[in-house]
Order: sequence, then C-alpha cells, then structure tokens
Amino acid sequence: MIVDLPNTTTNEVSKRLVVARGESGAVALGRVLTLILVTDEDGANDAIGTANDASREHPSRVLVIVRGSTDGDSRLDAQIRVGGDAGASEVIVLRLFGELANHGSALVTPLLLPDAPVVVWWAGEPPADPASERIGTMATRRIVDTAKATDPAEALRQLSRVAAPGTTDLSWSRLTRWRALLAAALDQPPYEEVTSAVVRGASDKPSVELMAAWLALALNCPVTVEHTEPGTGMVGVSLTRASGEISIVREDGTVATMTQPGQPVRRVALHRRSDVECLTEELRRLDPDELFTDVLTKGMPLVQGVSA
Amino acid sequence: MSPTRVSASENPLRDDRDRRLPRIAGPSSLVMFGVTGDLARKKLMPAIYDLANRGLLPPGFSLVGYGRREWSDADFAEQVKASVSRYARTPFRTEVWDQLAAGLRFVTGNFDDDAAFDRLAEVLRELDESRGTAGNHAFYLSIPPSAFPVVTKQLARSGLSRQDGDSWRRVVIEKPFGHNLETARELNEVVESVFPPDSVFRIDHYLGKETVQNLLALRFANQLWEPIWNAHYVDHVQITMAEDIGIGGRAGYYDGIGAARDVIQNHLLQLLALTAMEEPISFDAKDLRAEKEKVLSAVRPPADLDQAAARGQYSRGYQGNEAVAGFLEEDGIAPDSITETFAALRLDIDTRRWAGVPFYLRAGKRLGRRVTEIAVVFKRAPFLPFDNTATGELGQNAIVIRVQPDEGVTIRFGSKVPGTAMEVRDVNMDFSYGESFTESSPEAYERLILDVLLGDPPLFPRHEEVELSWKILDPFTKHWESSGKQPEAYYPGQWGPTSAHDMLARDGRSWRVP
Ligand SMILES: NC(=O)c1ccc[n+]([C@@H]2O[C@H](COP(=O)([O-])OP(=O)(O)OC[C@H]3O[C@@H](n4cnc5c(N)ncnc54)[C@H](OP(=O)(O)O)[C@@H]3O)[C@@H](O)[C@H]2O)c1
Repeated sequence: MIVDLPNTTTNEVSKRLVVARGESGAVALGRVLTLILVTDEDGANDAIGTANDASREHPSRVLVIVRGSTDGDSRLDAQIRVGGDAGASEVIVLRLFGELANHGSALVTPLLLPDAPVVVWWAGEPPADPASERIGTMATRRIVDTAKATDPAEALRQLSRVAAPGTTDLSWSRLTRWRALLAAALDQPPYEEVTSAVVRGASDKPSVELMAAWLALALNCPVTVEHTEPGTGMVGVSLTRASGEISIVREDGTVATMTQPGQPVRRVALHRRSDVECLTEELRRLDPDELFTDVLTKGMPLVQGVSA
Repeated sequence: MSPTRVSASENPLRDDRDRRLPRIAGPSSLVMFGVTGDLARKKLMPAIYDLANRGLLPPGFSLVGYGRREWSDADFAEQVKASVSRYARTPFRTEVWDQLAAGLRFVTGNFDDDAAFDRLAEVLRELDESRGTAGNHAFYLSIPPSAFPVVTKQLARSGLSRQDGDSWRRVVIEKPFGHNLETARELNEVVESVFPPDSVFRIDHYLGKETVQNLLALRFANQLWEPIWNAHYVDHVQITMAEDIGIGGRAGYYDGIGAARDVIQNHLLQLLALTAMEEPISFDAKDLRAEKEKVLSAVRPPADLDQAAARGQYSRGYQGNEAVAGFLEEDGIAPDSITETFAALRLDIDTRRWAGVPFYLRAGKRLGRRVTEIAVVFKRAPFLPFDNTATGELGQNAIVIRVQPDEGVTIRFGSKVPGTAMEVRDVNMDFSYGESFTESSPEAYERLILDVLLGDPPLFPRHEEVELSWKILDPFTKHWESSGKQPEAYYPGQWGPTSAHDMLARDGRSWRVP
C-alpha cells in the first residue's frame, strides 16, 4: 500500500502511518531498528530497493531522506509504503526542498521507532565527517559507501582521518568473503608466517586499499597494492610464505582460482557481493566494528608503495 | 619488521573482534548413502547447495553419492541439480553450481558389495589428490537403520573409517536411534565399534532450528524470565508437536513405531530438556550435554500409566476440505495394527526447580494444524482484588515458544476490557521471529551439515541422551504393547482422542488449542 502526501507535515505523516498500517494489516511490533537512508533523487529508487531487501533479515522502519534543490521555498513531500510494497519494512520517503533540505535530522526525530537502534546509511556521496553530522549523531551505526564518492580514493583517506567507532563502509563488507577464504587458508597446515603480500585490484575501488590495510595490520609484513583498470573490482591477493605462495585470483568477477603449494588448483565461486548482501551484513551487528577502525587508522599507513 | 606468528592455534587473520568472518569448513568431502531417498532429495542436497552459495564450503568440496543405481557421475549430477532447483532456499547461481558439480561423484553398489566399497575408497583417494579434500570425509547414512550394521562394517573393512594424523572421518546418522533402550544400545555398539563417540553425529534436526537455539537465548540471556521459571510460579508445561498430514507413503517405517517413538523420544524430550535444564556453565558441547543429561535423568514417569497417558489412531474423515482415509485403511498398515498415531503423556521432573510441575507432551498426525510449541503455563494469581465477574474470563498467564511454523514467542496475560466496568480478559502479545527473519534465515540442515564438517558438536545429542530418553519412554511403550489394546480412534482435523482431554481434566487442566 502506498500513500502519497504532497506538501505535508511530519505530524500528518505520523498520523497517516498509523492508519495505513491498520488498513493494510501490517504490524509494526517486530521492527528491530530504524534505518535512515540519505540519498539524492537519482539514487533513491535503487537505494530504497536495497533497504527493503535487507529488511527481510532485519525488519526495520526505513526513513528515506531525499534531498532536493535548496533553492526556492521549503517544502516536504512524503510517501508512506507499508505491507507488500515495502518488503518486511515500512518505508517513509521524505523529499525535502528549499531550506528544509538542510534540516533532515529535525524531520526524522518524531518518526524514529521508540527505544530501538538507529542506523544511518548514506547511499551516495559520503559526508566529510559522518560522526559529527547532525543526523550521524543520532545513530549508533553510520554506514557510508566510499566507492560511490566522486573521488573514491580521497573519500577513503578522508574516512580514515575521521574514523570513529560505529562508522563503517560498504567497501569493507564487500571484502568479507575474500577475507574468509584467506583466513580459512591460514587455518590449514603448513603453519608458516606470511612474509609479504600483494593485493591487485581496480584503482577506483577503496576495497582494494582496505584489503591491503587489513593484511598489513594483521600479518605485520610488507603489503603492496597493484592497481588494475577501473571497473575490474578486486582481482587478486597473494600471500608469500616459505613453502610458496597462496593466491586467489578472480579475473571475471564471479569465479576465482585458488592456488596453494602442494595442493591442486581449485576454483571457487566468488561473485561480487550485492549492496543488499553488504547492507544486510552491516545491520547484523549494531556494535562498533573495532577491527575496521584499526584497519583505517593503523592499517592504512602501513601499506607500501602503490604500483600501477 | 617480523611477521605475525602463525600456528595451528594462532591465525593472525582471525581476530576475536572480527564478527564478520564466517567459519568455512576445512577441506573435506561428504559421502552420502541413500541419495535417492526423500530426505536426501528434499533436505540434504539443497542444504549443501545453499551452504555452497553462502560461501561456507571449502574450495574443492566434493559430494559423493553411493547407491545401487547404475548412475554415472553425470547422471548423479542431474539428480542433484533437479533437487537443488526444486528445493534450495537460495537463488540458483550457475557459477556456484559449476563448482559444486565439479566435485560430484557417484559409486554404484549394494551395501554388501566389497568391490564397490573398495571403489569408493579409490574415489576418495582420487579426490584427495585432485580436489585437495585432505583425507577428511564425512559419511552421511541417510538409509534405513537396518542397513547401518552392514554399511559401518564395510566402512571399517575398506579402511574408510580409519583416521590418520590430522585427517578426520565422521559418520552422521538420522533417527530413529533404535526403538527402545535395548535396540538403541545395539545400534550404538554397531556404530561406535567403528567410529569413536566424538566422530558420531546424531541428527535431531529440531536442534538445528533457529527458534530452538533462540530458546537458549530467551532463557539465559534475559533477566526477565529466570525468576519465574520454576515451580513457585509455573503451574505446568505443555509441549505439542502436531502434524496435519497422515503417514503418507511411510507405512513401512511407521507401523510398529508410532508417534511416541517417532517424535516424543527425540524431538519432544529434547525440547523438554532445553526448557527445564539448569543454566550450563558455557555453551560448549560438554557443558550443554551435562545439563541436558542431568535433567533427563531426573524425569520420572507416572505411577499409573493408564491415567497419565493417552493414545489414539486417526479415523476416516475430513481434513479441511479433503476426505482422508483412517490409519487402519492406509496402504501397508495391518487392519488390526495397534500402532498409535497420537500419543500424550505426563512426566514429572524430580528437581527443586520443577517438583510438582507436570510436563505434558503430545504428538500426533492428522491433528488440527501443523504446529510445534512449548507453552509454559503459570499459576493463577494467589489473590485477585476484583470480584468474580470481573475475572470470569481471565485464564492463566502463559509464555508460549512457537517452534514452527510462524516462529516466535507469545505472552498471554490479562488486560482490562475498555469500558466503565472493571472486566479483565486474556490478551496475547506476540513476538514474531518467523514473520520477518526466517525468510532468509538458514534451514536446520544447513547449520547441522556445516557443524559436522567443522566438527562442532553442541547441537548433536550424544548416545547418553538417547539412552536416557528411551529410559523415559520405554515404560509407556512396554505397557501399551503388553496391554494389547487398540488406541482410541479420533477424527482427523481435531486435537486427538477424548482420553487425551480426560487425562488433563483429571488434573484440573486442559490442553491449549495451539
Ligand atoms: N524423510 C524424513 O523426513 C526423515 C525424517 C527423519 C529421519 N529420517 C531418516 O533418514 C533416513 C533416510 O530417510 P528417507 O526418508 O530418505 O528414506 P527413504 O526415502 O526410504 O530412502 C532410503 C534410501 O536408502 C537406500 N537404500 C535402502 N536400502 C538399500 C539397500 N539395501 N542398498 C542400497 N540402498 C538402499 C534407498 O535407495 P534406493 O532408491 O535404491 O532404494 C534410498 O536412497 C532414514 O534413516 C530415516 O529414518 C527421515
């Protein structure tokens, strides 16, 4: 069920939400968190779809702040989606115009679920300092996506300068399956130290730098980044040990080849993770990701020369 | 700079603070007996695919089928693919399937065929070479228990059960674990003569369900319930497992077994143990088992087995809009069978926590609807400062853990009816775990198969628990057999025979309508 409320007020939105829920038979009791989604008009539809799908595992109230033009008069257009049109969530889209567009946090306050955690997700260009944004201070978890920035590499460096507990990056969750494979490889004998590592991947993907930073931090060995063409994503990681090299190489974005000394070459399905998978993973833990903070602040400076 | 140490117990890429990394099983293969069976097709093979899709199986993972069909590896792959496309929970991805398919093998043979088992051993050696399964193999016996002795003997004879060095061999078995204490012990001797106890994984798929694990969270992560979880406040507990279907095509299995052995001995007594046990000192397998075993050994069957138990057989009638046959008319059931399709019993637990609190267990087929739940029913308030008319409609408070379907928790309590007069009536407060979470939460078999490959035992009952459960149930089934009485008929789509209702009425109680 979709209710459109052009040129409205937050009071009206709250009232109509209760009515809409009653009429569509949707119950609000199971919702475990409020997800505030900040986006511009262009990215709005995709991001709402992603949030809806993620809500299948984490029933939530999704408050979407779509920032329109700040010129002209202040105005709020709202839309409420409940029941079948909103996955397992209820979605309230708030389109802000004029001066109001700078005051998103004031608008969402009366619409937050009582006594439930708040998560903010900036689906597009990340803010300069998520933790000190007004809307960021309302949240226990702040999620950005540096890969969506106009300059991803700079966005990641900026994020490392303002790293704070509770701030994470979808570029980090994109790495989880790669990291799991690497960790599983070191679970097996021979138990040898890793003496150096190389990470290969696209120059426009902050994930590549994060992978290198994580390895440098954990392994305490030289880690080099080799950049590949933009658009190629994560391409490969190799770890050098006394007995030889463990390498995982993914050329086509779906299947990787894993090579280890004394083992047959193996193929592993390793598709690029969708935003839904990444956001779902983010919402699974609402406590700060301390390891990620360390990777940003301590790991990144350890990464050695970048070669092309 | 000196690199971070790596050893068998120190992996620098695993950080305690890193809660994102899933545990991926180490190099291994799964050998499945009974691949053409219902369970394998509907549950096991789809679960394996779902695990692969979630990236939780090791690179090079291999699945070997063993059966009497003349199948090539490709024929087997066809079968697996058909069952995966039909029953898997997660979407079909070609690249995941291709990796899985590359590790599929089939070995043709009967269970007593020495040469075929030697071929199986050869196939596993080849997989160790070509796919790096590292000598780690789990054998899943999804076959009738009568075939366990011959298969385990073959596994021993062909050297397949032998573990050398770091590699492991495990065996997975499905219920029924015998049909009484004696046969359970025999079965166990057969299996444990070949595999050490730590390598035997007994599947009770209820324990892999999220809600059952949630029961532990509910009880031990909260301060709210513990103070009232005892005989001071609890009046009685009802554990129900109802199915709306009949025995279907499983007459051969069901006749002579019956509801009590089929589900009370395992699922319901496990639920009872988890509901009633004391807090384990940790969730390690051995601490969890210690508590379950303690509470199961404190269970006492009633003195009068006729008064505190009931049995039934469904008769012909209508289940919803469908005309259905009675149990005695089902194909393959003897017309004078005394096997019960419904059983209810009262058990008492001799501990300080539960003295005087009966646990009523019931299980049956062709009941009102498919539901499994645990209802903890509380005593009435000792004094009610209202007049009788005000609380005439007030029942007893209850906490209901809904195990399936619609998993969640319901709390039932009294609330004032709006209006000027003081009138109190029961209302329900629902937490729905199922509604929104389960859509993407894993199937029990995914969890259990992964735990087998990881060698993680907490969710698998040990032989000791199995024995204790039979000790509880044997007096009932012996009594029923020696009496030779026909179980009481009940209409399909209802909640069991009259005697089941009488049994609670004698105690001044009644069954919930779940
Ligand atoms: N189905 C369930 O929901 C369920 C629930 C709980 C426990 N279980 C247990 O799980 C196991 C499997 O159940 P199921 O329902 O899948 O059984 P099923 O449908 O009867 O399948 C039995 C399997 O064993 C094979 N088999 C039987 N005798 C054989 C022999 N002499 N030589 C070679 N193969 C033989 C059959 O192969 P053919 O096709 O060649 O006959 C078939 O693949 C049993 O232990 C059962 O008690 C099942």
